[in-house]
Amino acid sequence: MTDKKFLFAYTLCWLLWIGVQAWVLESLALGFGWESALIDSVVSNALLALSGLIAARNLKYYRPGRGRYLYLVIWNTARSAIITGVTYWLLTHLLAQAPGYIYFLQKSLPVRFCLAFLISGWMTMLGWIWYGKKEEEENEMRKAEAARLTREAELFRLRQQLQPHFLFNSLNSISALAGSRPEEARHMIQQLSDFLRGTLRIEEEQVQTLKEEMQHVQLYLDIEKVRFGHRLSTIIELAEGSENYLLPSLLLQPLVENAIKFGLYDTIGEVVIHITSRLVNNELHVVIQNPFDETTAQALPGAGFGLASVKRRLFLLYARTDLLETKKEVNQFIILVKVPQQERLNKT
Amino acid sequence: MKKAVIIDDEPLARSVILEYLAYYPDITVVQECGDGFEGRKAIAQHQPDLVFLDIQMPKISGFEMLELLDQVPPVIFTTAFDNYAIKAFETHAVDYLLKPFSRERFQAAVSKWMSYQQPLAAQVAVQAMLESGVYQAEQHQRVVVKTGGNIRIVPVSEIHYFEADDDYVTIHTADSSFLKDKTMQHFERILDPALFVRVHRSYIVQVQQITRIEPYEKESHIAVLRSGAKIPLSKTGYPKLKKVLGL
Repeated sequence: MTDKKFLFAYTLCWLLWIGVQAWVLESLALGFGWESALIDSVVSNALLALSGLIAARNLKYYRPGRGRYLYLVIWNTARSAIITGVTYWLLTHLLAQAPGYIYFLQKSLPVRFCLAFLISGWMTMLGWIWYGKKEEEENEMRKAEAARLTREAELFRLRQQLQPHFLFNSLNSISALAGSRPEEARHMIQQLSDFLRGTLRIEEEQVQTLKEEMQHVQLYLDIEKVRFGHRLSTIIELAEGSENYLLPSLLLQPLVENAIKFGLYDTIGEVVIHITSRLVNNELHVVIQNPFDETTAQALPGAGFGLASVKRRLFLLYARTDLLETKKEVNQFIILVKVPQQERLNKT
Repeated sequence: MKKAVIIDDEPLARSVILEYLAYYPDITVVQECGDGFEGRKAIAQHQPDLVFLDIQMPKISGFEMLELLDQVPPVIFTTAFDNYAIKAFETHAVDYLLKPFSRERFQAAVSKWMSYQQPLAAQVAVQAMLESGVYQAEQHQRVVVKTGGNIRIVPVSEIHYFEADDDYVTIHTADSSFLKDKTMQHFERILDPALFVRVHRSYIVQVQQITRIEPYEKESHIAVLRSGAKIPLSKTGYPKLKKVLGL
């Protein structure tokens, strides 16, 4: 509700009440006539309305902290007393001639004070809730905005992690092929271009199907096979139907990179990377498995970053920390990623 | 006739070097190796005049392989991307090629190697670089050692203490000890000073292994490790240790 709308409704309520009070005073037949009853009603209620407005407005600028409500009680009492005093003073001057009115005014002063206190207190309470809620809403909006900005920046940064080692080594492989096998060199340039293009294109899309993600991963694997063909082989098994399930784009890419890095640099001889997918309770589960040597697992530059970034990304998107599991089994390193299939992940 | 060895885990990377070397009839590639273990054997066997060495390779890096050799051969390093390594090369004027490299750049490196009046100068530079320990931060988490014919990768967390032993350093772990062709200064430089303290001219100890410090004879102290080993603390080593332990 805007301030204008509120003022309009507030005024309307009081006008109505002025009518009601005038009618009540008149019908009690106190003997001072309906004109005097109306004047009394207008003056006293206008002042009450003003007092209520002040009470509520005050809270916009200052709301005492916890345990300092006594301040509000004192302030309300004082204001009610002043309002009653002003009402008394005004009415004694305006209606001095009305027969029996002054006597009635004096007798009704305690009631008028109580009414003023009640109205003041009521408005204070309303104002408290109203402005409190408004401030909370503003805070909430600011927080949500901050979170959104952080998330965007973070996702951007995470995706931007280029793999210079991969890039330069691939270029070196192309350089080698260019001399002896130009057709293969051209093919690899094509693969590398498609891969890089994929990395850039996907940034605009939040989610993609497992099929699309795997096409991108496949490009990466193909390039790595040119570099390490003699040592690297892959087994990919996707459960039927899982190809159309959605996942955050480029989620699997860093995990596959990690698996390859560990597999190739932590062992000697042939390396087999397993990638399998399953559907479990409306969640897409992807398992990535690579050989590694527990006793010598060396701190590779960049390894570990992949895992941490994927975990962070899953947390930002789903607010869950249990979506990435790792486990070590007889010289095999196994990563399990779970992707909940939520509505908000639906591709538009 | 000069002998060359190429050590790189990517066959295509090796083939570029082979192709560029075809222009030099007096250089023969005696062996191509896919990792540091093979490389070490090949160097020991052939005593090559020139080695092309990749840095990031399976199990042990090119640097670690060099540390395992009795004598460092003339080396031209090849690497795709490694900030630490490049910084180390530049500091010690060691020759290196950034992949992918052109034929011109390759020939410049080979000409430089040929022009050395004494190839030893280049080897001294490489040796100095290895000794400085600045080359790869990740590798300060482990030490590669020879035991008999085998190679072992020892994580530093498993090392209880280092002991000076003439020109070598003996590395003591829970169940064994290894000899490493390095100086105490080298380890003092590369190890995390919050974890390893040079408590004596001849000892560097992992502070987490210390259970207590006892007085020993007059005015001197010894540290007792969990394993029961007793390490003497020198006059300068004792205050250094106390400072690290926050005493």
